[in-house]
Amino acid sequence: MAATLLMHVEGQPAGLAGQRVEVRLTAEDGYTADREYSLARSGEPDRAEITVQAIDGGEVSPFLVEDIEVGVELQVRGPIGGWFVWRPEQTEPVTLIAGGSGVVPLMAMIRARRAAGSKAPFRLIYSVRSRDEMFYRSELRQPDPGVDVSVVHTREAPEGSPRPAGRITVADVNNGGWPPDFAPTCYVCGPTGFVESVADMLVALGHDPHHVRTERFGPTG
Amino acid sequence: MGIVTRGFRGRRGGGDVKLPPGQYLETGFPVLSAGPTPQIAPAAWAFEITTESGEEHRWSWVELQALPREDITVDIHCVTKWSKLGSRWTGVSLDTLLSGIDTQASYAMVHSYGGYTTNLPLDDLRNGQAWVAYGYDDRPLRPEHGGPARLLVPHLYFWKSAKWVQRLELLTEDRLGFWERAGYHAYGDPWREQRYAGD
Ligand SMILES: Cc1cc2nc3c(=O)[nH]c(=O)nc-3n(C[C@H](O)[C@H](O)[C@H](O)COP(=O)(O)OP(=O)(O)OC[C@H]3O[C@@H](n4cnc5c(N)ncnc54)[C@H](O)[C@@H]3O)c2cc1C
Repeated sequence: MAATLLMHVEGQPAGLAGQRVEVRLTAEDGYTADREYSLARSGEPDRAEITVQAIDGGEVSPFLVEDIEVGVELQVRGPIGGWFVWRPEQTEPVTLIAGGSGVVPLMAMIRARRAAGSKAPFRLIYSVRSRDEMFYRSELRQPDPGVDVSVVHTREAPEGSPRPAGRITVADVNNGGWPPDFAPTCYVCGPTGFVESVADMLVALGHDPHHVRTERFGPTG
Repeated sequence: MGIVTRGFRGRRGGGDVKLPPGQYLETGFPVLSAGPTPQIAPAAWAFEITTESGEEHRWSWVELQALPREDITVDIHCVTKWSKLGSRWTGVSLDTLLSGIDTQASYAMVHSYGGYTTNLPLDDLRNGQAWVAYGYDDRPLRPEHGGPARLLVPHLYFWKSAKWVQRLELLTEDRLGFWERAGYHAYGDPWREQRYAGD
């Protein structure tokens, strides 16, 4: 299960697509827990939008997804990060590769591209267990000229899908992303193991490692 | 105390362990880096120290292995909030590597295969505080954790412990490295919670 939280923030900058915020929760006795969440949308003053996936047995994410109520106060710090970002000045092709909740900062990039009227050609490869676990499904289904989306189902493929369910392969990366000749910037985000294998595939396909940016969300490896 | 998050209780436990502020205890070994993992064969690996006057000192993989090795058991603290206690490493002390090198430098810029950089005061690399580590848990250090060899400076946040270490550039003036230019703290003491510039 996942939820998108729209937080009103006071006196915080709008941020770049790909940046994250640090969220601090404080219990009544002063106990605190901090977690990082990517901004799902950038460039909105006084607002921070995040999408959180509830991790079984997690300390913070099930609270944010299931228990939190409108009006509850949190501390938010950021935006943080100046590397895993896409700026509207960038004109080169972009390949986005997401595993699970790793789609959040990449969705922020797609939204930033749209908001800026950018013509930079984008391709998104989105790996999910099943159709039901896809974030932003209706938005990603809307045609967005210049943004090609391909979905890799790892556990359960939808009926009639030409690709059987299975982990992302070199062929998926090759077909769904820009070829290395186009010198795209590649952004890879998701769980550690996913990011490791996809980044290795990109390098094996001939992408310059300097054009491959990664963000790893855990779980721990 | 900060703003109370109504309804949040949190999970307790690990209460008898003393961690730096804001850190939580991790038993796995998370991987964090800015790009793909470089695959470097030990035969193609070498470590260099260059002084402020341009003098070069170089150790091949075999030469490094021939230096006195140390087993190091330390706690490590990542700026992304996890701490790992009692991690076990094998490597060569920077004291060994720096001995006999003539320098007036006060700073060091660490360079990695793949282009990563990070800066530290040279004093933080001396006196049994830093190693070039090539073993983890009695095994060769795996590529995703910085193998064949990484810097290990456990008293600072772990981004200072540069993976795939290639060269130490000794400097008379401080310069910022990769994450430090991207807004992270220039020094990074976990006990003073120096995460970002301005902390
Ligand atoms: C830069 C960055 C950006 C992030 N952005 C997002 C985001 O946009 N959306 C989002 O949902 N999460 C994001 N995360 C992950 C998030 O910070 C938390 O780790 C996650 O919500 C779990 O917190 P928790 O307190 O529920 O679990 P914890 O109580 O901390 O952990 C419980 C168990 O779950 C494991 N675990 C932790 N994280 C994950 C994970 N992501 N997948 C599977 N197992 C996990 C832990 O190893 C542990 O065993 C991001 C992390 C980083 C470092």
